[in-house]
Amino acid sequence: MPLERKDLLGITDLTVDEIRLILDTAETFREVSTRQIKKVPPLRGRTVINLFFEASTRTRTSFEIAAKRLSADAINISASTSSVVKGETLVDTAFNLQAMLPDAIVIRHSSAGAPHRIAGIVRAPVINAGDGAHEHPTQALLDALTIRQCKGQIQGLKVAIIGDILHSRVARSNIHLLTRMGADVVLAGPRTLLPYGLVKGLAGVGGTRTGSLHFANSVDEAVNGSDVVMTLRIQLERQSGGFFPSRREYAIRYGLNRRRLELAKSDAIVLHPGPINRGVEIDTDVADGSSSVILDQVENGVAVRMAVLYLLAGGESV
Amino acid sequence: MSNLLIKNGRLIDPAQGIDAPRDLSIIDGKVSAIEPEIEVGAARVIDATGLVVTPGLIDLHVHLREPGFEYKETIESGARAAVAGGFTSICCMPNTQPVNDNSSITSFIIAQARAAGLANVFPIGAITTGSRGEHLAEIGEMRAAGIVAISDDGRPVANSGIMRRALEYASELGLPVVDHCEDCCGANGWSMHEGEFSALMGLRGLPGAAEDLHVARDLILAEMTGAHVHIAHISTGRSVDLVREARRRGVRVTCEVTPHHFTLSDGDLYRSGYDTNFKMAPPLRSGADVEAVLTGIADGTIDVIATDHAPHHFNEKMVEFDQAPNGIIGLETALPLALDRLVHRGLITLPRLVSLLATEPARVFNLDRGTLKVGAIADVTIIDPTGKTRVDTTRFLSKSSNSPFGGWELKGSVISTIVAGRVVFSAEVEPD
Repeated sequence: MPLERKDLLGITDLTVDEIRLILDTAETFREVSTRQIKKVPPLRGRTVINLFFEASTRTRTSFEIAAKRLSADAINISASTSSVVKGETLVDTAFNLQAMLPDAIVIRHSSAGAPHRIAGIVRAPVINAGDGAHEHPTQALLDALTIRQCKGQIQGLKVAIIGDILHSRVARSNIHLLTRMGADVVLAGPRTLLPYGLVKGLAGVGGTRTGSLHFANSVDEAVNGSDVVMTLRIQLERQSGGFFPSRREYAIRYGLNRRRLELAKSDAIVLHPGPINRGVEIDTDVADGSSSVILDQVENGVAVRMAVLYLLAGGESV
Repeated sequence: MSNLLIKNGRLIDPAQGIDAPRDLSIIDGKVSAIEPEIEVGAARVIDATGLVVTPGLIDLHVHLREPGFEYKETIESGARAAVAGGFTSICCMPNTQPVNDNSSITSFIIAQARAAGLANVFPIGAITTGSRGEHLAEIGEMRAAGIVAISDDGRPVANSGIMRRALEYASELGLPVVDHCEDCCGANGWSMHEGEFSALMGLRGLPGAAEDLHVARDLILAEMTGAHVHIAHISTGRSVDLVREARRRGVRVTCEVTPHHFTLSDGDLYRSGYDTNFKMAPPLRSGADVEAVLTGIADGTIDVIATDHAPHHFNEKMVEFDQAPNGIIGLETALPLALDRLVHRGLITLPRLVSLLATEPARVFNLDRGTLKVGAIADVTIIDPTGKTRVDTTRFLSKSSNSPFGGWELKGSVISTIVAGRVVFSAEVEPD
């Protein structure tokens, strides 16, 4: 069963069945990366363009490796080395890339909605690799895969998401995915970085949702009794300043440390989308501790992106 | 000048309290008679059977982009769009390049409008030089050259001391001060209304409070100075409440609303999928705000419908949402939207709509227009209140097409626009 859609722009419009399909497909691809020869043929002869208008290590490398392990030809374009520096618009860039007949375009952009804009004008599937503070669907999918592996299922879990929710596309995609899959999501962080409208907004967007979403009054309250703790990076590049007094105070009031983690269930796992600011939103002993699955997330990222490319860029059976 | 006789229409002129079948005779550009039956003589006759004849519509808030941004709109193209939308008079904001902050720019605008020979164009002068919010512009000189109000639209006067002086100085000259109310309260770089949909879309929001704070300040200053403040494009429920309450106390305040703010909400922006034609200042507000604005229209708190016609070139809008300029055009959709959304849904009567679009705008800016009294300048709009308008952005007469209403079907249409007795627009009636 392929995905019955052209693009992956966000989790917002995915059904539970589509999410399951992507996760199950990713599960089958995990094994490929453990082989000595890490390559399977389903996207042989296909071209995947990674169009990155914003800095990225993990996501871009992960998409590139995913494409290559599926035998696709992967081309990377970053804004600093593209015609963007000559003043070319996003739309013109998209038209020109389309003219070279790629089989998928993966796009990261600092503006929310940028992938939606180009999805409407190119024939190739468009995969959102992060748009501003809007969505980062493959991150949420790889987080879900990681959680599912550790906990068996997502249904019924309490998931705390801590930090800068306002500017976080990772949080938004995770909130959509986890509540749809039946988790109870609790958000906490500085009040200046909590978009309280999300609860009402989520209720209005439709789709079946068996989980719940609410805001906690403190990080401790959110972490208390949780199965999964996800901390978010302080995104200094998205802040025009003034959301909190200092990194020092942030670490004290909102950082995930050993003491706070003890409030969670004893078998709780810790996720972080990276890159981490050690000693700010997460202490080193937590990031490197036994509860941390941060590097499992990265490993799963390749499998999830293989699955998405495979399902959207028209692969044959593995 | 040829004479004109408009026969068999339903004539609505709130200034005279007329809503009745009347013939209207125009001689030498002025209204010469309004009678139940006027004999056909040598004059050209327009048969208005089944149609509504009103004073020419007046838009207090447009951006004509000339001088400086002629690729978006010129005074000529803007005036052409105006008459196609039934507007015989438009008041243009000063945020051109250079800014209309001195009498030579004012005179230039008036000369260009004359040369175009379509709608009346009444310029609005800047409050401060360059609209930088620092020093009062030469408001008296601009008044002498023909401005009808002052405003730093788009760049609200942040300094309350300067706003106070502007109100005092303008009241001496008999000019209203038009304010775009947007407190800068930490919302730099906003793209939409702050609320549930900005939270979902990951776009920086402008809270309704940013408008409310600024409106409250202006009302306090208007009360203190006794001057007339006109709140541009009111968009929040709280601001409507503030105006209602201030007026009850006798504050000299008037306000306008745009068709898009009484028609669309931030939910429509969300459903548009980041369509930049849903981006403007103030942003589309919440559904509750739209309801409150509609209440303000119905109960008379809101005086005027104005379009905030803000042309931007296609290229400028074909960009990422947060990078797109604010603004949509409105001259060619305002009347059908108002008829469809306000009259046909039973919120207000047709005479009240004429009041909002002609009588009150003339009163608010002290224009010698807005009525069809005998002897008045014969600016007339002929409307088919139930005519079908299908919005086709490719057929706009404006140079720009940045409208969120493309493809909409609306009940109500403009048939003919007459400026000083001259027919400047006639609709092509499409066969069904």
